[in-house]
Amino acid sequence: MTASTPLSLAANDGRPVRDIALADAPLAIRGMTVSYGEKPAVFSVDATFEAGKMTAIIGPNGAGKSTLLKAALGVVPRLSGEVSVYGAPLATARDRIAYVPQRASVDWDFPTTVIDVVLMGLYRKTGLLSRLTGAHKAKALECLDRVGMADFADRQIGQLSGGQQQRVFLSRALAQDADLYLLDEPFAGVDAATERAIIDVLAALKADGKAVVCVHHDLATVSSYFDNVFLINVRRIAEGPVTEAFTPENLHATYGGRLATSHIDQLDLVAGA
Amino acid sequence: MGNEFVQFSLTPILIGILASIACALPGNFLVLRKQALIGDAISHVVLPGIVVAFLITGSVAAVPMLLGAAGAAIVAVILIEAIKRLGNIEPGAAMGVAFTSLFAGGVLLLEQSDTSTVHLDVEHALMGNLESLIWFKALGWSSLWDPEALAGLPDELIRIAVVCALVTVVTVVFWRPLKISTFDESFAQSLGLPVGAIGFGLVVTAAVAAVAAFDAVGSIIVIAMFICPPAAARLMTNRLETQVAWSILFATLSAILGYVFAGYGPLWFGAQNAVSAAGMIAAVSGVILGLACLFGPYRSRIGVGREEAI
Repeated sequence: MTASTPLSLAANDGRPVRDIALADAPLAIRGMTVSYGEKPAVFSVDATFEAGKMTAIIGPNGAGKSTLLKAALGVVPRLSGEVSVYGAPLATARDRIAYVPQRASVDWDFPTTVIDVVLMGLYRKTGLLSRLTGAHKAKALECLDRVGMADFADRQIGQLSGGQQQRVFLSRALAQDADLYLLDEPFAGVDAATERAIIDVLAALKADGKAVVCVHHDLATVSSYFDNVFLINVRRIAEGPVTEAFTPENLHATYGGRLATSHIDQLDLVAGA
Repeated sequence: MGNEFVQFSLTPILIGILASIACALPGNFLVLRKQALIGDAISHVVLPGIVVAFLITGSVAAVPMLLGAAGAAIVAVILIEAIKRLGNIEPGAAMGVAFTSLFAGGVLLLEQSDTSTVHLDVEHALMGNLESLIWFKALGWSSLWDPEALAGLPDELIRIAVVCALVTVVTVVFWRPLKISTFDESFAQSLGLPVGAIGFGLVVTAAVAAVAAFDAVGSIIVIAMFICPPAAARLMTNRLETQVAWSILFATLSAILGYVFAGYGPLWFGAQNAVSAAGMIAAVSGVILGLACLFGPYRSRIGVGREEAI
């Protein structure tokens, strides 16, 4: 295998060393297989995402990047495999996770306002019937302010640009006060200002010791934005620090012929190992 | 507005209002989930279920009716799957075929069976029997405080009032999960919300409303109320809370205006007889939707593509 994991898989009386070392990792996936039809979308994948790090999940279209996140969250069912969040089962760790789905996955014509969407992030705290207080609204406004959207609080969400919508989604995740942030293509179709704003917010989360995981498309920005990279094409190809795992060999193994060699040469890659 | 009004018109109008609201409430979410067709489907499937339940039990009590409707829904789902797989027909068409056939089957079954002792025949299935649900014991407005007269209220009014209250309570209690899962299903799942159960609960709630309303006002109103008031309300506001309030207002307005127009409208035009109240209520709800399309303040949003906003 071309994997260059930060911790070796060298067996220690039969048990992989890294499972012991990372038992309380923000997100650990073991042997996960997901299938929508007959062909698996994700096959027997192991993955470990670290605290205080930003990790990019990269791979070609249909490689199972989004599916990996969704299955880890129980949004789509998995055929097999285990998921632990900070060493606990998913069901008891929901409060520590914030998920940002793909922007295009919802109908932005939905009759609701920007601040209403952010308040949805407080659902696990407010529950079914407790009244929304001024404190809740102040919290939501503060989260909007962190992405530069406080002035848009009362706008209908359909009136926003794509970049603004993405920032509202990020703001909702901030309202969740989570430790593990899972984002599905947060930079897809956004303007440069939004990309900058999102990166700043994610960097601040990282500095706070949170774990940030993004499904990412733009190979050109992997090196500048992320600490770690996880390469997937149905199976795990490689994972580790960008400086070690983001190699031409691993990219070829992930993308196959779909990525021209000339393109790879332009990327800020680690020299071939 | 004298004693005659209380005796002959008050209860039908109330029943019309309550039935309309009970259907419009879940209708808001069905329309936003782009499942408006399910409301349509439910109201069609309900008929054969109710007829079969009546043929087996010989009564029109609420529980056998509901069980019959539920059984018919299951048959419908199996039928749709079979049509889809065996005929290789697209899902929308398969649904349309299954529901229409089941409804037609229900009509045929109804014609053949002896339901003369109860209010169950083809005409009632379509248009209900709103005009006949009068309050015999009422002598005037004072009857509202008279326990004896109140005991003589038509059963249909009590039944639809209970169901309308139930639907309202369910909507209020599950407001946040309904709203979140309607807007963003995968986010709702990431919160640990049982999205499948919420969607199923919504359809069951709609079915209960449909069965209760069906009995009194017929399937035409049920179909209209699931869609018209919520769709019109959407054009009046950009907030879900306000939308639901508008939909209740439109449902109420349709019921009152529809009943009045059906009773007196033809006379204004020199015709002799009143027309079906249920038909007129449904027609009024359609007119309200039309007016909302023309004059609603947020009508421009309809049909605007997602990309245009970028």
